[in-house]
Amino acid sequence: MIKWIDVYKAFGEKKVLDGFTLDVREGEAVAIIGYSGSGKSVALKHVVGLLQPDRGTIEVDDKDVPTLPRRELYELRAHIGYVFQFAALFDSMTIGDNVAMGLRKRGELSEPDIAHRVTEALELVDLPDVQDQYPAELSGGMRKRVGIARAVALRPKYILYDEPTTGLDPVTSAVIDELMIRMRDKLGVTSVVITHDMRSAYRVASRIAMLYEGRVRQVGTVEEIQHTKDPIVRQFIEGRATLDGGDAASPGTSPATAAGGATARGGGRA
Amino acid sequence: MNVIEATGRWVRFRIEEAGRAGQFLEEAALAAGSLRAWLPNATQQMRRLGVDSLPIGLLIAVFTGIVLALLASYSFTGAVPLYFVGTLVEKTITLELAPVLTGLALAGRVGANIAAELGTMRVTEQVDALETLSYDPEAFLVVPRVVAGTIMFPLIVGVAMIVGLGAGWLASLGFLQLSSDEFLKGARLFFGAFDIEYGLVKAASFGFAVTLIGCYKGLRARGGAEGVGNAATQAVVYSAVMILVLDAFWAMTWLHGRT
Repeated sequence: MIKWIDVYKAFGEKKVLDGFTLDVREGEAVAIIGYSGSGKSVALKHVVGLLQPDRGTIEVDDKDVPTLPRRELYELRAHIGYVFQFAALFDSMTIGDNVAMGLRKRGELSEPDIAHRVTEALELVDLPDVQDQYPAELSGGMRKRVGIARAVALRPKYILYDEPTTGLDPVTSAVIDELMIRMRDKLGVTSVVITHDMRSAYRVASRIAMLYEGRVRQVGTVEEIQHTKDPIVRQFIEGRATLDGGDAASPGTSPATAAGGATARGGGRA
Repeated sequence: MNVIEATGRWVRFRIEEAGRAGQFLEEAALAAGSLRAWLPNATQQMRRLGVDSLPIGLLIAVFTGIVLALLASYSFTGAVPLYFVGTLVEKTITLELAPVLTGLALAGRVGANIAAELGTMRVTEQVDALETLSYDPEAFLVVPRVVAGTIMFPLIVGVAMIVGLGAGWLASLGFLQLSSDEFLKGARLFFGAFDIEYGLVKAASFGFAVTLIGCYKGLRARGGAEGVGNAATQAVVYSAVMILVLDAFWAMTWLHGRT
């Protein structure tokens, strides 16, 4: 189980997380939605200890992540696969070596077993013939699939996806969605998906949480979110420029700003 | 923002930066203990940072040797026996110019290379990816480069000493009508093993500083291509300054007072 408990995080003067609280239960897939720059990726990075909260804490399997000693943090990370927004593949290594990296670090498998696991992981993402290629030779969608293969090869208990479909065409996005569903159903992996692609969130997630102004605005099943009365959440999921569905906000006003005026009316429902 | 506030911010930033650098040093020192994590990468880095830098080191040595021989001859203007050209070339090359000039050239090549590479890895989240795969970035990225720099800088400087001396010798034969016997007589006159030891230790300290600064600046890079560019620039500038500071440090603490 992953728990963010009243997490606060600021970068300089800018508050990013402001009392963020959310639970992800075993076996479920939770999508965290929200505007660009609302702190979704920041929240995710706290789970693997890439960022430390200013206040509050994050628990994974009842372990308090921010206070874990380095060795225990590395042990915990071995159970968590992380799929980065732009895949974050190592440029200087072949795809095969990229996928094998985590397995080699663990040191539990022999080289033939690692090679077998790498082949298996790449087949799972429908990329069986790219082992000897370099990341620069692959398209954006293929790189994201390799990123998923790298996470899956470790057979993790949790997979954290950071905007897995951003910047991809609709067909490739659907392929990535299918992959995430396959990981969840076939491997029983607990997933957290950061996205602002609502179609992807509806397909992949069992629950959806909206992050707004540093905290959870609303969390619920796909159906609950689709039928929400919260104007901020409605505006976001329907992709409207203004709260009332009229013309776009005045020039220079971002959707978040336009929505911000209704915060008090909408109230928090975290 | 008034002057006091601006000064306060600047001081706070500098103190924070010093704290971060100290923490980075501590983490790198701790990571050096896990031999298995960094040893496999160290040999690769020795080739990349060391062997590949050899041509630039040798080029500098050749021209330095030639210029030194001619400069010595010009300065002596008949007042000093010409075989002292060998003395001056040997002393200057081994004690100062081979380590410092090679160090400065490598600060540009190696320091910028490391900062740009690690900076790119940082801004494209490759460093984060390493961490999520349970790799320690200090052990995997920093220690191999610092070890490679500390070992390879003295080797390059050692070869540069030989080549610089050889170039000075050939220039003396070709331009100054000095015989080999005379040049070698001068070169041997005040030669001591200390000269080489001093030059190589200095080079090792330069290698350590340049690679460490390159890693620190690279891993602290933020904000895309501009951030990586800034990191590379800062790495070169700080490395060059540090080489000159270390040069003065060794002169004051080790060379000074020796007879």
